Amino acid sequence: MNAAETPFEFVTVSYLTRIGNQSAGTLAELLTGLEHCSDASIFHHTFQTLGSHHFLTEGFSNDFAQWVLSDTNRNDLAEQLAVLDVRDYVSIAALRSDLCRVVADYCTVHSHFAGQSALERFYFCESVEVTVPLGRNARTLDEFRDGIAHLSHSSFYFHFISSRLRVQLRTNDFSHWLADGLGLRTLADSVNHIDIYTNTLDSARSKLLRLIDRERRKT
Amino acid sequence: MSDTLTLGRIPLDDYAELLGAGEIEELRALASPLRGRSIQMVNSTAVGGGVAEILTRLVPLAEELDLNIKWEVMGGGEDFFEVTKAFHNALHGAPYHASQRDFDIFLAYNKMNREKLPLDAEFMVIHDPQPAALIEARRPGANHWVWRCHIDLSHPNRTVWDFLEQFVSKYDGAMFSSPEFSRQLPIPQYLFYPAIDPLSEKNWELDREFIAQVLARYGIDPQRTILTQISRFDRLKDPVGVIRAYRIVKRYFDCQLVLAGGSASDDPEGAVVLKEVLREADGDPDIKVLELPAWAPLEVNALQRASTIVLQKSLREGFGLTVSEALWKKKPVVASAVGGIPIQIIHKHTGLLAHSVEGTAYQIRFLLSHPEIATRLGEHGHEHVKENFLITQKLKRYLTLLLTLARA
Repeated sequence: MNAAETPFEFVTVSYLTRIGNQSAGTLAELLTGLEHCSDASIFHHTFQTLGSHHFLTEGFSNDFAQWVLSDTNRNDLAEQLAVLDVRDYVSIAALRSDLCRVVADYCTVHSHFAGQSALERFYFCESVEVTVPLGRNARTLDEFRDGIAHLSHSSFYFHFISSRLRVQLRTNDFSHWLADGLGLRTLADSVNHIDIYTNTLDSARSKLLRLIDRERRKT
Repeated sequence: MSDTLTLGRIPLDDYAELLGAGEIEELRALASPLRGRSIQMVNSTAVGGGVAEILTRLVPLAEELDLNIKWEVMGGGEDFFEVTKAFHNALHGAPYHASQRDFDIFLAYNKMNREKLPLDAEFMVIHDPQPAALIEARRPGANHWVWRCHIDLSHPNRTVWDFLEQFVSKYDGAMFSSPEFSRQLPIPQYLFYPAIDPLSEKNWELDREFIAQVLARYGIDPQRTILTQISRFDRLKDPVGVIRAYRIVKRYFDCQLVLAGGSASDDPEGAVVLKEVLREADGDPDIKVLELPAWAPLEVNALQRASTIVLQKSLREGFGLTVSEALWKKKPVVASAVGGIPIQIIHKHTGLLAHSVEGTAYQIRFLLSHPEIATRLGEHGHEHVKENFLITQKLKRYLTLLLTLARA
């Protein structure tokens, strides 16, 4: 069986939520917050929230969209914020820029809504990340499959979703290693096409394992 | 006067069946760099109240991870606990005129405990205002100190908070149950949710026979719709509002209402509210007002599991863990958007939020008309609790905090 020179090292992640000093009670204040909050805050309310709410596969995308929907009752803006796909971004700066653009455009066109009070305030928080190696690694596809089958949600999320920001590529750790480590580019592509918005972490993992099993049968 | 508590073992692997082996492996990996390092939890009571309930489970689980953890209970006389009870209410926003004598009593007992308790662990976790001034025992750079605040500080009595803040701002960090409860402080503030234990009597699986026995004991018909609110008889839980919402629902749906809370016999205010509730119920045989014993976890568990919909129509709330208890049991929940409830109920995803009696009634009717949506909300609610509000998640948050402090 094909073995990679550089093994895949399984890591897990845990996030502490740090409460920021900013909050928003209107769409205009949300825009100010988006412009000035830390990168860790944008990460927390988009990438990280996707991991912690992975079981919601209908209509939940990020905290900003959810707040706009439930607390300001602006369905159209909520939809525009919800469709921003974190897979399209390899930097927080680019994601922040698009979030700001969407809210600013809305506030310009619907200026009468910009200052309306929300039902509840939005509190900007930040993620503090701690990673720890799980002490397991894989050199072959079999070992890789076994490792993935036993991962916690956080670890799977770390390698499959938040990894884009780390590797600065439109891919994930699994696909990256399958292509570079084992030379399985088609499999890597298929894995990268698993939809993280319409799957839970468990169903995404099941799809990934099925793709690996199909590849193993070929060999 | 001060006590170090010794607790029975709770095997961590018991949780693997519910959560998956990967989650337990992850806890062990996170704990690995902290193995053998000392942690000291300090609070003011060994029994009763949410903090003691959580520590009773959390400390043995941390021991399972080979952490050198100890739980110390500070000592104090009646005068100390009278003052700290008044502080507690004042921090929640109740009117209070603090005197210099009150502050002196608070400081004297904290000083006494500084002399008695070791307070030399690498990580000191101090719970709530009562022991907040123990921080004065800290030697510069000797260890890490964090303050866990379990109460809502969104509208505190200024005098009491200004007094406490001088101590709190000396910690390395503070933890709050909701961003709304936090204060502007010069130290980092973290979000720490309260948690339920899926293996405790209040939440473990029950067999149908036991549930049927509990319903029979209280005259509740298992074949008809059951709406339930579990709360002490307190105006802030709005039991009268719950009855009014039920009456609106009753125009369209046959249903029973269960209002279950701790006995009001030793709580003068509770007894008054109970009378108001009974007056509002007006002898309706489908309204069951149950005075449960102070500690009746199995009955609460059974009533929640038997419910069609669980309500939490509070006017003001701390975190409202009864919501997580119901969600863990996959129950659809209709609750007020106050305190920590919106953290647990993501509107239209893990339950439904309401802002009035009429709104509560409308959401109940909606769920009774759409049982498939009610089922889905309950299932999502269960997953939400599993990801965020279980004791194992709380343990993980503590491990992450300690690693963050150690690496700072």
